[in-house]
Amino acid sequence: MISKLENLVGFNQRALGLRATRQELLSGNIANADTPGFKARDFDFAKAMQNVQSPQRVQHSSLATTAPGHIGMADFRSITSVPKQYRVPQQPSIDGNTVDMDTERMQFMDNAIRYDAGLTFISGQFRTLLSAIREGN
Amino acid sequence: MSLFSVFNVAGSAMAAQSQRLNVVASNLANADSATSSTGEAYRSRQVVFRTIDVSADKAKGVKVAGVVHDPSPMRVVHDPKHPMADEKGYVTLPNVNVVDEMVNMMSASRSYQNGVDMMNVTKTLLQKTLSIGQ
Repeated sequence: MISKLENLVGFNQRALGLRATRQELLSGNIANADTPGFKARDFDFAKAMQNVQSPQRVQHSSLATTAPGHIGMADFRSITSVPKQYRVPQQPSIDGNTVDMDTERMQFMDNAIRYDAGLTFISGQFRTLLSAIREGN
Repeated sequence: MSLFSVFNVAGSAMAAQSQRLNVVASNLANADSATSSTGEAYRSRQVVFRTIDVSADKAKGVKVAGVVHDPSPMRVVHDPKHPMADEKGYVTLPNVNVVDEMVNMMSASRSYQNGVDMMNVTKTLLQKTLSIGQ
């Protein structure tokens, strides 16, 4: 049952996780719009999505932990390990800051709407499931 | 829930920008202060922003690393009647550039608004997340 649930909502759940991570990254860019030398960062959503989906990247405790202080290998599908890239500035500023407020605000709103869409999809899936459980009532 | 750290990031930006507004207010208020507690004319202050880590490796907030004194030369005016005038009749006045400060103020207030907007958008998203499946 649980694995069926994972099959049903897993994709959207991971997409939402990535959207939340991206939202956080973009908010950091906007917050640092006036910090000298700050480089705006972002990630390629399609690539990151493929990354968290691909099964060959799942590694469960492949590191040997021979002493109580050792830490095992983390799950590779963790959404926090998405590769970030620096944004190419359209109008570089003299203080080394590469935050372009128009781009960042646009991406921030775009990401928020897509997160919202993800929520709608996942809600719909749960409603479908509930409808099946209640035999259509 | 990583969306919560957007609040920390936006909050840090708002705190930093409000400190910048405070410094601008101080500069504008003292644009003509010929003397101070140290006996010297007021020197313009400027904030220096620095990036800080808010969560593990993603979110970058901002904080005021320090308030520095503007090293630009002071304004010297010839006014022999002024009580602070030297023996040649020159008065040293603050190096506050009022136009610069007004621009600084507008920039700070816009950046503050950005912080507020980020918080509002994130609040809406979180509220919708809480109502999944309802």
